[in-house]
Amino acid sequence: MNHSDFWSMGAYGRYVWPCFGFAAMVLGWNLWSAQRHLAHARLRAQRALAMAESET
Amino acid sequence: MWTWFYRLASPPNVYRVTGSLAPWFLTLAALAIGYGTIAGLVFAPPDYQQGDAFRIIYVHAPSAWLSLMSYTTMAVAGAIGLIWRIKVAHAVSAAVAPIGASFTLLALVTGSLWGRPMWGTYWAWDPRLTSELILLFLYFGVMSLRPAFEDPGRGDRAAALLGIVGVINVPIIHYSVLWWNSLHQGATVAKLGKPAIDSSMLWPLLSNFLGFMLFFGAVLCLRLRGEVLNRERQATWVREALKP
Repeated sequence: MNHSDFWSMGAYGRYVWPCFGFAAMVLGWNLWSAQRHLAHARLRAQRALAMAESET
Repeated sequence: MWTWFYRLASPPNVYRVTGSLAPWFLTLAALAIGYGTIAGLVFAPPDYQQGDAFRIIYVHAPSAWLSLMSYTTMAVAGAIGLIWRIKVAHAVSAAVAPIGASFTLLALVTGSLWGRPMWGTYWAWDPRLTSELILLFLYFGVMSLRPAFEDPGRGDRAAALLGIVGVINVPIIHYSVLWWNSLHQGATVAKLGKPAIDSSMLWPLLSNFLGFMLFFGAVLCLRLRGEVLNRERQATWVREALKP
């Protein structure tokens, strides 16, 4: 398979590449949002601990 | 045995174990998806009927499988939370929902992009496509029902019930191509006996199946840690766990 055959995917490139692009986006979003969710949870827990300490 | 099970499902243990597992799952997922995608796009030969459009299967089939697996996990976790009142089970259910919804959307979009050149249309109200769309709405329902209650416990129970009721859709999706006349092709890999796909195309597909499941495991670990922390932030173990 040469370079242009690879990108054209036998004239199906306009269907194949968006699928792989969208898959990469979904995988990337999952990883980013999961890490963000965890970071927010850590922050909220640290704030709750700090508040509890200041009250005692 | 039950004592062991409850200890295993204790929030501090879950927080610790998921933290150790996530990087391993992620590394193995990157390797499996990397091999599966490169081999599927470059080394697998074109299909004799579908040409290169068949390569969409390398992301479509694993994401469709994950959409069903995630929903089943969510429903089973919800049932465990309802029956045995294990708090972490509801956290698992909450963590799985957005992951499952995103892979259901991926399965629908990639299926639609494959349908255009193969069926001549992006969408048809076909049993497989329609039941998969209902699955996406069920995920949205579960995700919006949980925070709709002021009492988080009631939200968990309501979301678990909807998840359990909706699980009936999972076998409907899987067997829809057999039960009704469907545009969608039948089973390719999960066929009793010989799979209807050559090994040069099959191995990259199996690698992507494995990679997507490992990726699901990694993201679930990260989300579950966040869920556990959100639910347990007043607990004493959190202070120790958050020490730098």
